[in-house]
Amino acid sequence: MKRFAIIYNFILIKEIAGAILIMFEKRKECRILKKILSYSFKRSQPVMYGYLFLGITFGIMLRETGNGVFWAFISSLFIYAGSGQFLMCEFIADNAPLITCGVMTILLNSRHIFYGLSFLTRFNVLGKKKWISILELTDETYSVLCFTEKDNAHPLTMLFISLFDHSYWIIGSVIGNLIGSIPFDFTGVDFSMTALFVVLFVEQWKSSGYKLPAITGFVSSVVFLLLLGPDNFIFPSLVLSSVVLIFTRSLYEKNEAKKKEVHRA
Amino acid sequence: MTTTRLILIIAVCAVCTMLTRAIPFLVFRDAEKVPKIVLYLGKVLPPAVIATLVIYALRNTEVLTGAHGIPELIGVLCAGVLHWIWRNSFVSIGVATVLYMVLLRIM
Repeated sequence: MKRFAIIYNFILIKEIAGAILIMFEKRKECRILKKILSYSFKRSQPVMYGYLFLGITFGIMLRETGNGVFWAFISSLFIYAGSGQFLMCEFIADNAPLITCGVMTILLNSRHIFYGLSFLTRFNVLGKKKWISILELTDETYSVLCFTEKDNAHPLTMLFISLFDHSYWIIGSVIGNLIGSIPFDFTGVDFSMTALFVVLFVEQWKSSGYKLPAITGFVSSVVFLLLLGPDNFIFPSLVLSSVVLIFTRSLYEKNEAKKKEVHRA
Repeated sequence: MTTTRLILIIAVCAVCTMLTRAIPFLVFRDAEKVPKIVLYLGKVLPPAVIATLVIYALRNTEVLTGAHGIPELIGVLCAGVLHWIWRNSFVSIGVATVLYMVLLRIM
């Protein structure tokens, strides 16, 4: 793990250093890079407030278990999962067995397995850098990245959006751990995350003519939430959605064929 | 708790989280040999996942007690309607969040 950590760290630093070098060396490319960076920043901004706030909350929680800013930084750098890190604070407080930590974390984050499926081919343009983007696929980053394809954005935007989001999370948790408590009443800022998903839902609803996936996801998650409760519903719900979508593939293809005909006409 | 123990817990959580994210890429290593059905799923899943994440973000709303989920409902409607009209995510998210925070305090 330590070796892996060093490698991951090394790639990250190399990447940032490389980007800065390019900026100094090549003016023309620098202009393009600036454009990509500002686009990525704009795209990552809706995530910023939520991540800073939740990061701060995590930092405070970790401090309450008696651990300082270095550990807040390390866990946010390497784990980078909101609910996963809150759970980790409980593990630390209870001194939970490692096997429990592992199994619970995998169960909690099992939804991530579905996220990679949409990027199996799209991430390939990034070469080896794709592993950075893969390890940064959080709920929010995934949702935001789904929309960069329609914008015909540069492949590097995928990497930069991931890195921006990750840095908000790290900065938040470091701040939280340092201050220890929030001097203002910020309760409810995390609603910006909910609002982000609502906004992206509306966006894709308006831009896509094929509504079945959105309806399937909505109905199946509501049903499983009522059946299984808030802690266990997301994975079964995504499994059911996938099964339904696989069985309705012919509908999707009909819709695509129709779209092509309209396009030709 | 010893430092070693802390490192171990963080390491286990990190590796397990990384694993859940990397599994699809480890299973389908060769991008050209990905089964068509998986590529199809990758294409249609985002709307389903985003719809699921909306519900996921609201999962702990207390409908039977407290404010009965009214701040959440109004916040979601506000974000949705504003985005439907203006399509400016900054405005939709900002206004909905502030409105929600205000409602939370007065209800």
